[in-house]
Amino acid sequence: MTSVPDTQVAAIPTAKQRKKMSTFDSNPANAGWLTKLVLLLICTLWLIPTVGTVVTSVRTLDDSNTSGWWTVLGGLGNLTMDNYSEAINNANMGGAFVNSFAIALPATFIPILIAAFAAYSFTFMEFKGRDVLFLSVVAMLVVPNYVALVPMLKIYGALGMNGTFPAVWLAHIGFGMSLAIYILRNYMATLPKTIIESAKIDGASHFQTFYRLVLPMSVPALASFAIFQFLWVWNDLLVALVFIGPGENEPVTLAVTHLRGQLGQGWNLTTAGGFLTMVVPILVFLALQRYFVRGLTAGAVKG
Amino acid sequence: VWDAQSRIPGDLVPGVLVPTARRPGKEGVTDMKLLSALLTVVAGIGAALLLYWLLNKLAELMPSKWEERIKPFFYILPAYLAIALYLIYPALQTIVASFQDATSDTFIGLENYTNLLSNHGFQQTLFNTLLWILIVPAATVVLGLGVAVLSDRLKSGGEKLTKTIIFMPMAISAVGAATVWRFVYAAQPEGQPQIGILNAVVTKLGGSPVAWLQQSDFHLNSIMLMIVLLWAQVGFAMVLLSAAIKGVPADTLEAARIDGAAERQIFFQVVVPQIKGTIITVFITVTIAVMKIFDIVYVMTNGNFNTNVLGNEFYNQLNTNFNNGAAAAIVVMLMIAVLPVMVYQVRHFKDEEAAA
Repeated sequence: MTSVPDTQVAAIPTAKQRKKMSTFDSNPANAGWLTKLVLLLICTLWLIPTVGTVVTSVRTLDDSNTSGWWTVLGGLGNLTMDNYSEAINNANMGGAFVNSFAIALPATFIPILIAAFAAYSFTFMEFKGRDVLFLSVVAMLVVPNYVALVPMLKIYGALGMNGTFPAVWLAHIGFGMSLAIYILRNYMATLPKTIIESAKIDGASHFQTFYRLVLPMSVPALASFAIFQFLWVWNDLLVALVFIGPGENEPVTLAVTHLRGQLGQGWNLTTAGGFLTMVVPILVFLALQRYFVRGLTAGAVKG
Repeated sequence: VWDAQSRIPGDLVPGVLVPTARRPGKEGVTDMKLLSALLTVVAGIGAALLLYWLLNKLAELMPSKWEERIKPFFYILPAYLAIALYLIYPALQTIVASFQDATSDTFIGLENYTNLLSNHGFQQTLFNTLLWILIVPAATVVLGLGVAVLSDRLKSGGEKLTKTIIFMPMAISAVGAATVWRFVYAAQPEGQPQIGILNAVVTKLGGSPVAWLQQSDFHLNSIMLMIVLLWAQVGFAMVLLSAAIKGVPADTLEAARIDGAAERQIFFQVVVPQIKGTIITVFITVTIAVMKIFDIVYVMTNGNFNTNVLGNEFYNQLNTNFNNGAAAAIVVMLMIAVLPVMVYQVRHFKDEEAAA
């Protein structure tokens, strides 16, 4: 909140600088010192919470309880990985880590094909009610998935599925479907129609066109949806809390909420657990940022 | 009566710890879990392929006139079934349950709604949710736009680094973010060294340490929670808005400049109107996320100290009060609140399609 006024103030001097330019440059890489300072300040503010967490997660109990993490440079010899082994072995974070993968992988990859078929149909096939059906998919994007929790608990209860992985897999497949269709259809709409037409003239069936042409051409969009869905499922707390609950099959997001109760043991363990929940999403994000951004902009920005 | 009641133990209440049972031979079990997950991926994709192949064959068996008509629906069917089962059917069920009692056995009319709405605590919850909706989306757009415009002026390396730093929290779960920020807000009694950085700054400046998450005056603690969401979401706004700004045709800027417009005028009268569509998209997306906000509040305060919001109250009604009816009524209220946004979203989408 504190940086709001800063950014507004900073826009003025750089704007003046820009006006001075005689020739127009659409991307004037001419940040004034104030712009740089403001951005540096914002970036520092943005990084501090995460850095504090990472630093504290390798400090000892005594250190983390009696001094701020920013004093760490005074006692580098005291750093330890014990918090991680404690969190992994004794606080069930290790098992939860495996559970998170076991939940996220099927919930990420299974919906892709199903959504791709639907998106193909919405993009390349003519049929009655197409627009209405697609608009209803778009509308579903905003329905809170809370609505599903109570009714599905009953159905799962009757089927004896509560607390099992398939319960969450199916739920995430259902919840992710609208976004998947939306992203894929928007992408497919940008594919050159002539190629698909010529395949049709050559006698290819829809199934062949889909499988041989459209699916391979849509890989970037498939990748961006996969990243979204993976991050969403990995980071989810509510669905896991309701359908799986604490215990044997809990994912990391749930396991770390037990750790936070152990305040008597200090922040070192909590921060180690917190970092364990964050490390996979951050790695996925850093490695695949390009696709992630493309997926975000595909839905919202034309062209 | 549903199964879940029996398997939610007390360790979800903040501050209470139930040690997790240690199981012998855990490694074997976890290996099996991963293996079965991978097998499920393969089996699931295989089954889906087989299903479509069968549906396709079935369509081809029909007379060709029918084949062309029925095929699109076959392709849509599985996806639509998933949506129908997990969103449409539950939505209808929830509406029914909201008129029923705690165990969904008998109809009690509007009692859930009147009970909730006349309850002072729930009114506070509604007000808090409204505060989130009023503050967070607008602040996200303003901050995101600010960072997008400023970082646009950096050289490409600096721009990339800045954007990655601002964007990264979006990959972190709300639970992770809440853990991180609870530590930022941590308070020690006066006189002891502060380990939360915010209180360290406050005491360094001569103030007394503040238990930030317990200060409900002027909803300070709610605002502290909102900052966590802002931290996580500004990057999202920045990425979308930055892409939109870069897409503004250079000649429109140049024309305005030749006409002698000041930079600030150009920004508000040339750039902003052209990225209006994206601004609206960001605003809507964040608004919907804020209406549903749950994890951050649940992990950081569990709604205590007057920070409760609808999402958290829903969860408490479900798993602390075991009141199905009240939980359903909360979701229905949420859906009613989302309805105008939904209508707007569909209209907005149609306009964008028409413009494309």
